[in-house]
Amino acid sequence: MNAERAVEALVERVDGGETVDCDGLSVEAGPEGYRLELPELERTGLSTEELRRTLSAFGEYATNWRYWDRVGGAGTARRAFLRWCERAPVPGEATPGESDPEPLAVPDRYDALAEGIDREWGQLLLTTTLAENGDRRYDLRHVEDAGAAVEDLDTYDEPREARELTTFDEDGRYRPLKTAPTLVPGWVFPSPSATELVSAVGFFYPATVENWHREREGELDVDHWIDTAERQTGIYDVIDELPREAVDWMAEACCVDSQCLRRREWEYDSEDPIDAPGGEGPFPCREPCSLVIAAARSWAIDESEESHTWEVELTRGERNQIEEIVDAVAEGRTEEIREADVGEGANRYRARYLRAKRFGGEDDGDEGGEGFGDLVE
Amino acid sequence: MQALVIAAHGSHLNPGAARPTYAHADTVRDTGAFDEVREAFWKEEPHFREVIRTLESDEVYVVPLFISEGYFTEQVIPRELRLSEWDPDRWDSEGTDADWATLEAEGKTIHYCGPVGTHDAMTDVIVRRAESVTDDPDVGKGVGLAVVGHGTERNENSAKAVEYHADRIRNRGRFDEVEALFMDEEPEVDDVTDYFESDDVVVVPLFVADGYHTQEDIPEDMGLTEDYREGWEVPAEVEEHRIWYAGAVGTEALMAEVILERAADAGADIENAIDRVKRATAEMADADDRGSRAEAGD
Repeated sequence: MNAERAVEALVERVDGGETVDCDGLSVEAGPEGYRLELPELERTGLSTEELRRTLSAFGEYATNWRYWDRVGGAGTARRAFLRWCERAPVPGEATPGESDPEPLAVPDRYDALAEGIDREWGQLLLTTTLAENGDRRYDLRHVEDAGAAVEDLDTYDEPREARELTTFDEDGRYRPLKTAPTLVPGWVFPSPSATELVSAVGFFYPATVENWHREREGELDVDHWIDTAERQTGIYDVIDELPREAVDWMAEACCVDSQCLRRREWEYDSEDPIDAPGGEGPFPCREPCSLVIAAARSWAIDESEESHTWEVELTRGERNQIEEIVDAVAEGRTEEIREADVGEGANRYRARYLRAKRFGGEDDGDEGGEGFGDLVE
Repeated sequence: MQALVIAAHGSHLNPGAARPTYAHADTVRDTGAFDEVREAFWKEEPHFREVIRTLESDEVYVVPLFISEGYFTEQVIPRELRLSEWDPDRWDSEGTDADWATLEAEGKTIHYCGPVGTHDAMTDVIVRRAESVTDDPDVGKGVGLAVVGHGTERNENSAKAVEYHADRIRNRGRFDEVEALFMDEEPEVDDVTDYFESDDVVVVPLFVADGYHTQEDIPEDMGLTEDYREGWEVPAEVEEHRIWYAGAVGTEALMAEVILERAADAGADIENAIDRVKRATAEMADADDRGSRAEAGD
């Protein structure tokens, strides 16, 4: 590796009166010569030539400093994220969802970078490798495309093009929730710059990097359900009337990993946790999203109705079939149930038969009124 | 560093709702006038709530991509952006003259601008829209122009914005006739031909994005088509008038200029970006016209 330019830049920097301090390397100029510190090495009173020589012998530290110096952005989420991508030490605490391998010191990190360091961010796979001059190269693709040759994928250069990739799922349906686990594979950003990489991740999963960073810094501003609900106005004014137990059902319906890759950190309120798994992902969800708010309005209206007892005649098999239909819809499986698979309760013919027999047939559009069941007074 | 946030409604159901927002954001990005440009939404992501934290800039200009001053611009957006010092009086507006207010949120300076729809530059976008749909850069003589709005349903300012621009265009004397028409109040767009003597009438809906109203309701109500799914001709013959239906004004490329004007009014340093957008969008309009005549109304 050619560390010459990095060494020159570093000498120039400390000659300007700055102390260089980066990932175990510390250099400063003093009246008695230069002071250089590395893990397990300390030299003082070095001449410029001695400093150059020693730095060149530890060229990885010099190029590492130079790269991160140019990335800049001290204290920003962008810098923290890029460092996390290559397993460099990042300030703050690992988030609950990070199965975080230990950060790597420069020599080990450079060994790993030579092979490429992979990180997963939702359904994104970010790979960092080392360029000849000590710069980093990045590759961003779908986790399912790990190992695929770039030529076999659609290549993208402009981060903003990620918006198009996030708009539809594999069946061509609109994805209103960017962190739904339905991102299409088959594309790659083969060589984004550091800035472009963070920008693209921001288009795929907006604000996840910034909220992850806040969480690491212990500054995530969680807005719990009841605070968010009470803040709403207009047609969403009603959602704070959603009963307590319905908030559990809502979170189970919408916020688990099978539906959204954000890790739910909001609860009913700060002292009343929600009884549904929050998820395992690296990036947090800090308040109920707009989809949850919109759905909560429907549920708040539904829940304002009283329950009644209904008398319905069904065989045991028909009762089980209704459960199967609800399960199939809830799991999004209806499309995969084959036309002639009449063993499946949620098969279309089976459902049409049940409707003909018990729900008043095709023309009964009154949503479970006359056609299905009798009210027990 | 300075950032621009374009705050739009977005949709949970319609993938096209955000397209004009993206297009205008990209036009502004390409000028390089801002260090950062973000789209933010009520129904999409990044949400209004999360957008400020995605910026590294300390100076943030927020421009609502909304037509009128009302519920969204006065309540929802400021609340969700955490503009705790906000009060609608800060705009000192009678309904169409919001300017900007400088506030703080999340440790940044937020210049919260009035919506694009009530900026004077919007008048030019309506005229540009009329030019593009007729493919005539001098359209006006012998032609009527209808500016169409939603009406008062939830907000009286919605009608004010429509009337404001209609008045301004009328005063220029370029079109023979100019009328403000509405979907849910008199004068109604259903009776568009009753309000014009000119044979040719250009109809420009003052909406941010094409959707249910502009692509289904209005074309059917005006009698351009029996069934919106079958499309309509541009121009379409209705009761001995030729109706040139433009679709939502918000899809016009020149909207990016209004966004820049809003930010510049509030103090953003954008140098000559406005001129560059004017030129770039005029070229886009030319190219669009050549490409889209055959499919107009699809």
